[in-house]
Amino acid sequence: MTESTLPSLTSTVLYLDGVAVSFDGYKALRGLSLALLPGEMRAIIGPNGAGKTTMMDIITGKTRPDSGDVYFDGKHDLTKLDETEIATLGIGRKFQKPTVFERQTVEENLLLASRAPRSVMATLFGGKAGEAAIIDETLETIKLQDSRARLAGALSHGQKQWLEIGMLLAQSPKLLLVDEPVAGMTDSETAATAELLKTIAKVKSVVVVEHDMAFVRELGVKVTCLHEGAAIAEGTLDQVSADPRVIEVYLGR
Amino acid sequence: MIARLDRAGWIFAFLLIATAVAVPFMALSPATSAFHLPSYLVQVLGKYLCYAILALSLDLVWGYVGILSLGHGAFFALGGYAMGMYLMRQIGARGVYANPILPDFMVFLNWKELPVAWWGFQSFPYAMLMVVLVPGALALAFGWFAFRSRVTGVYLSIITQAMTFALFKEFFRNDFGFGGNNGLTDFKDLLGFSLQTDAMKAALCSISAITLLIAYLVARAIVTSKYGKVLVAVRDAESRVRFLGYRVENYKLFAFVVSAIIAGIGGALYVPQVGIINPSEFTPGNSIEAVLWVAVGGRGTLVGAAIGAVVVNLAKSYYTAALPEVWLFALGGLFVLVTLFLPKGIFGLRWVDLTAAAGALLIVHFAPIAPNGLYQTYLLHLAFVIDVAWGIAAFFIIRFLLDWTIRRLGGATPDIARSSSGNGP
Repeated sequence: MTESTLPSLTSTVLYLDGVAVSFDGYKALRGLSLALLPGEMRAIIGPNGAGKTTMMDIITGKTRPDSGDVYFDGKHDLTKLDETEIATLGIGRKFQKPTVFERQTVEENLLLASRAPRSVMATLFGGKAGEAAIIDETLETIKLQDSRARLAGALSHGQKQWLEIGMLLAQSPKLLLVDEPVAGMTDSETAATAELLKTIAKVKSVVVVEHDMAFVRELGVKVTCLHEGAAIAEGTLDQVSADPRVIEVYLGR
Repeated sequence: MIARLDRAGWIFAFLLIATAVAVPFMALSPATSAFHLPSYLVQVLGKYLCYAILALSLDLVWGYVGILSLGHGAFFALGGYAMGMYLMRQIGARGVYANPILPDFMVFLNWKELPVAWWGFQSFPYAMLMVVLVPGALALAFGWFAFRSRVTGVYLSIITQAMTFALFKEFFRNDFGFGGNNGLTDFKDLLGFSLQTDAMKAALCSISAITLLIAYLVARAIVTSKYGKVLVAVRDAESRVRFLGYRVENYKLFAFVVSAIIAGIGGALYVPQVGIINPSEFTPGNSIEAVLWVAVGGRGTLVGAAIGAVVVNLAKSYYTAALPEVWLFALGGLFVLVTLFLPKGIFGLRWVDLTAAAGALLIVHFAPIAPNGLYQTYLLHLAFVIDVAWGIAAFFIIRFLLDWTIRRLGGATPDIARSSSGNGP
């Protein structure tokens, strides 16, 4: 894909151009470009080692790219910011391995995630009243009302996935990065998750990394296939799965 | 921000208030009274309460933020030195060299003027300000660099230990200006009251109990607030907290500074009660012992940390008098046993375990099976091992009997801290 096919910087919510990074000589990303429009949901597919998680790491500030541009909302240069600043701008992330605070309750997990001032003084002296409504609403969305007082560590794998998605919702970011949301879920859970993400995508921009092709089909959104650290195909799932290179490196013949 | 107490917290608060009220009455009652508390015991109790303050401060950062500080003794010692400097200036012309301004060690070193660092320490309010400011400022500077650079885990522990060791070396030097190897001692009075009277000793013990209570309430308010929940989240999944938009280094720094200040206040109360402060308080071993108190009592419980400080020091007082050679082995063994079998410490025990342990202690004390004469020979370690084995056997026998009885009666065996915050590790 060439640079000219990218929408202009100012109209995008997320803009990656020529991003490259290497770890000890291993080139995890080599010139990755990607543009996401406001309100768009994008599915990212690709074989293991294609750079999907590294891309997420770069967007959220965990990893700094060696070269290339990463812009949020057309104006924030993400390569100059750290994780906290990027999260504050409104980028939320769900990790591949569900990462919840295991020794705190479901409610406490959502309290920590809820959109509210993040300073020491605000959390020390502020009440928790403002977050109560967000917590109730989120619990309903992720259907964990009955597990409110349970320790997050005691939840099943699928419930943890949902709790983490709930934490993302409570955080109320403009852009959601969702890494393998249905890994380890049953078919009915997978379908419910697809519904949930589609609802979210009506008001937010979403990037979903997923291996489950049935799930990606269910989402029905534009797909980008990564391979060896660069985008090799982009379009509808049908277009992308018909691409000979995608078939060769990922889907198999 | 208010401290919501659980059941253990209320009991703890009640015990501390009772101590603060009862100690002066008991200490000042006539020596013939059955309730009389001899002054050496008042002093020992006061010392333990100061250790408990240090343990509590350490638990705040270790138990709730996961910062294993192996140098918390440094903050305790700095608070102690600030108090010691005030007490030195109070001696005035009553020193051996009768110099109204310079403490004895300065006269001895042939110094002509009071070093700048000592200015102002004749004023009690100024000295108290320094008790808070010096440990707080050191923690602020240290934490600012360490947390910003994201030094965590064992590396952080090592540099905290290096910090206290560096201070130990520095305070050891005569020309550093704080009494060198001998430290500060021969104190006479505090705010005009002689430190040698029973009334003053009782008062200091009471103040230590009240200070421990206040420190507990502050720490409890911190850990039960939303801030405290962020701290626990940092302890369990630090990077996840960053992705939620929290500035983790600020959260750690605040807790670390508060903790250092509490430790410093503990040190300031400790010094007038033991009558001396010297560089040995900075040795890494001291700080590690404090970590052990917290581990034994129960990490992440606050009350458990205070209990641990008292229990381990009771054991230390007993052993260093009865079997001085054995103490270090017992201490090391205790650490291993607690880490392996009691991850939640004493505070995580069931009442049945605690009763069985108390029973086993009583049995070993009153009915040891190693012949007493054996302790007088070179085989005393063997005697010790025999009695420890006997104690462990007694513990399991009693516990089995208690559990069996309770099962027969159909009851459950709740934890001591069943109603606590649930944030324990």
